Amino acid sequence: MATGHRPAVLAALAGTALLLSGCGVNSIPAKEEAVKAKWADVENQYQRRADLIPNLVSTVKGYAAQEKEVLEGVTKARASATQVTVDPSKLSDPAQLAQFEQAQGALSQSLGRLLVTVEKYPELKSNEQFMELQSQLEGTENRIAVARRDYNLAVQDYNTEIRTFPSLITARVVYGAQPIAPFKATSVNADKAPQVNF
Amino acid sequence: MTALRRPILPTALLLLAALWALLAALPAAADPSFPKLTGRVTDAAGVLPADVSAQLEARLKALEDKTGTQLVVATVPDLQGFEIEDYGYQLGRAWGIGQKGKNTGAILLVAPAQRKLRIEVGYGLEGVLTDAVSSRIIRQVIVPHFKQGDMAGGIVAGADQLITLLGLPADQQAQFAAQSQARADQGDDRPGPGAIFWLLFILFWMFVATRRGRRGYRRGPTIIWGPGIGGNWSGGGGSSGWGGGGFGGGGGFSGGGGSFGGGGASGSW
Repeated sequence: MATGHRPAVLAALAGTALLLSGCGVNSIPAKEEAVKAKWADVENQYQRRADLIPNLVSTVKGYAAQEKEVLEGVTKARASATQVTVDPSKLSDPAQLAQFEQAQGALSQSLGRLLVTVEKYPELKSNEQFMELQSQLEGTENRIAVARRDYNLAVQDYNTEIRTFPSLITARVVYGAQPIAPFKATSVNADKAPQVNF
Repeated sequence: MTALRRPILPTALLLLAALWALLAALPAAADPSFPKLTGRVTDAAGVLPADVSAQLEARLKALEDKTGTQLVVATVPDLQGFEIEDYGYQLGRAWGIGQKGKNTGAILLVAPAQRKLRIEVGYGLEGVLTDAVSSRIIRQVIVPHFKQGDMAGGIVAGADQLITLLGLPADQQAQFAAQSQARADQGDDRPGPGAIFWLLFILFWMFVATRRGRRGYRRGPTIIWGPGIGGNWSGGGGSSGWGGGGFGGGGGFSGGGGSFGGGGASGSW
């Protein structure tokens, strides 16, 4: 009796496997992982920026110690920004992302203020070490912009997948998948790096 | 029955096609269009004399033969309103400069019309060609030439400096870029644990089904829909490189499929 069923079972299983691969059982988690990987990239780049700041602050201090307020503002904003982290398994919670955005945005602003202040100190501006730090900061801001855009593209891909037929069904029934929030520009030029001129 | 069904299929196909076209068109609208990659020296802005360009091409080829690093010198007539940082990494991805997986590519990009230049660094070279090093080469080697109106001289001097640096043995490169940290390699796609998991899964249920008979296999596959699978499924994700685009022409040179993430430095004159 068992041997009689075997070809039928085989065909049914092969058919099921084929069907499943077409309706998002594979691609939904794969795309979700892609989003998570891109998110990790975003966080890495922000971390990289945070790592640059102590050096930048101490270099500026050497020339402009009297700009206490601005320097302390940067240090504080950095401290609070590094405390806000996002749980990658809860990326679909927009509040979490908003909090992260706010903390990093505050740091961007105080960094911008610092760089404006620096304009008053020509010796500092022409200091080789400062110029290198500036180029690193600039490069990091640029990487952040790229990472954010890549993240948004991955999110778009994922959201499209879980909201279009046929994977829409799998997303609802199997994974209970929720759309993930992309980055938005929160204020004018919020997504732009502070202008750094040589 | 069939008469009812017949019109549905073409309509569905048409809808799908429309959706596909829409999705494909969306990102394209926001991207700049790039000149064709005609060789290691792609002088779309036409600022390099032919002999200079040919010599440079040969040195760039020698670098790739020696180290596998793809360095490309590109001049563009127009940035199409984009920031050079924005344009640069997308150019790198579109051309796919650098070896796939290793991403060891770099572009010296010059936009004479906008008086902007940039050294765009692929993921795999960010540890060697750090932002600080790139910026130093731009400021100290290239821009002084450009300020005197010597475009070709600046490009050649900058490219030579890059060739020298990228051709150094690894330990000396590390010295050059002491403060920088290499970026962790991005994993390659492999048909990893996912496929094996499926195979075992199917074999297991075949075994169970043939033992239990009809009722068994009917119940079996329904368990596939359990929520546990999502957690087990870790293959696949991650990097999905942009692959190499725009090839041909020149000396048969083409990008190797490397990717870029915004590393490098920019300058103006």
